[in-house]
Amino acid sequence: MRMMKKMISVLAAATMLAAVTAGCGSSEKTVATDGSTSMEKVIGALGEAFMEENKDVNFTYNPTGSGTGITAVSEERCDIGLSSRALKDTEKESGLTETVLAYDGIAIIVNPQNPVADLEVETVAKIYTGEIKNWAEVGGNDAEIVLIGREAGSGTRDGFESITGTKEKCVYRQELTSTGDVITTVAQNPDAIGYASLASVKDSVKALKIGGITPSEKTIKDGSYVIQRPFVLVTKTDKKLSKTAQKFFDWALSKEANDIITAAGAVPVK
Amino acid sequence: MLSMEKKMKRKKNTAEHVIHGIFLILGLITVASVLLITIYLVISGIPAIREIGLFEFLLGAEWESTAAEPKFGILPFILTSVYGTAGAILIGTPVGFFTAVYLSKFAPERVKKMVETAVSLLAGIPSVVYGLVGMLVLVPAIRKLFHVPDGASLLAAIIVLAVMVLPSIIKVSLTSLSAVPKEYEEGSLALGATPVETCFKVSVPAAKSGIAAAIVLGVGRAIGEAMAVMMVSGNVPNMPSLFESVRFLTTAVASEMSYSSGLQRQALFSVALVLFVFIMLINATLNFLLKRQKER
Repeated sequence: MRMMKKMISVLAAATMLAAVTAGCGSSEKTVATDGSTSMEKVIGALGEAFMEENKDVNFTYNPTGSGTGITAVSEERCDIGLSSRALKDTEKESGLTETVLAYDGIAIIVNPQNPVADLEVETVAKIYTGEIKNWAEVGGNDAEIVLIGREAGSGTRDGFESITGTKEKCVYRQELTSTGDVITTVAQNPDAIGYASLASVKDSVKALKIGGITPSEKTIKDGSYVIQRPFVLVTKTDKKLSKTAQKFFDWALSKEANDIITAAGAVPVK
Repeated sequence: MLSMEKKMKRKKNTAEHVIHGIFLILGLITVASVLLITIYLVISGIPAIREIGLFEFLLGAEWESTAAEPKFGILPFILTSVYGTAGAILIGTPVGFFTAVYLSKFAPERVKKMVETAVSLLAGIPSVVYGLVGMLVLVPAIRKLFHVPDGASLLAAIIVLAVMVLPSIIKVSLTSLSAVPKEYEEGSLALGATPVETCFKVSVPAAKSGIAAAIVLGVGRAIGEAMAVMMVSGNVPNMPSLFESVRFLTTAVASEMSYSSGLQRQALFSVALVLFVFIMLINATLNFLLKRQKER
């Protein structure tokens, strides 16, 4: 009887050991991504499609923000970092490489009640730096312009400010922490102006034309709509990706993935 | 026979010891968590303060964490948190205190039950819901009512916080008012004092430190709140002013942490450390007040 018990426990231990090693084995079949919340739609769609094609692969995405994603990849806590801004020189020097996956248009949004429909980039910059304070100055109602923006460090804010040349000069009335909050706030205040990824803009707000160009996939792709920014895959320069991660990386940049990126509201590079 | 009994006793003792041990470990988990958080906050909060300089950090009026030449002055956050909490307490205390007095001394049983249920429900509403209602109802209302360009302001945050501190103030005041011995009140009534006189000259003074503890608890709740405040206050690091967009200590950490790096991140930990010190002070006050009440 005792012998029997011993045998069972040995058997159990062996099974457990096998399970553990099997677990380790499968971890090679994962692709871990971490970073920009603005890239959620694109990377989510890519990940799903990739897992559909490669059933044994486990794709993870951790929506933490561009800064955190870049840190995560440099600390090797994930395979691919996701950033919705180009890498800074200091980040490149620290041993990271950037590969542009797609472009994202940033829409300038106002309340649907606002009669203003078209602004120049320079005018948008002047509004955000506080040089133009009243909608009447740009052909709207006589009302103070309420500037809605994102928090410091946000990829969208960084994209908007670097494109319009308003870095560190914006005089925000509100700094909100998500695209959804910006859209809700602009939808509620008839005098507000804000910025958000074109992909997430809904009917509750009106996207302005910039220099006569309506923001759309076409105008972003041909470069005529100027307020746009890159979606970047960040990898370590001196470390090779795992086989599975490399496979995903190549596939995401191939023509095959274009439709998925387009469907997710961004504009593919190739 | 005797040895058998001894054996049983020993067995019982071992079981007893084991259970005691388990409870001890469970208790230590809490202590360990507190210690771990404290140590982590101090270790990660000190470097930025050292680099920036304590006075420049605490008394600097400008916060530009992502600028090319970043400035890390948290005075606007500290003042906003202090003003916001003070405002919420100023509105919340009279309402909460008189509600508690009414409930404990004057309210009919049915009304008391109903109001107490409502207060418990209020306490159970998640702060994000307070924030959402504030964002969708309060902020536009303030914009229209006061004819300001935008309603997201210190005032909106104060109003939301005032409602949020009500349950703590009402519940703790109510408990301490109900704990006043009946004899005190009966004595007062027997001497010819009216019920209202009895209430404010006998019951309330007797429950004084409990009510004070209730207010301090409210302060703690208000100063530590992040989510609801973040959704209605606009989050711009301005010096506090009633109709301006402001940023609290809590929201400073919450809004920038996810994208932060380098000194900015360290500075955010320092902001958290300052907040932690504030809350420790409030807790110490609370303990002192409760201890005094027990001694009486």
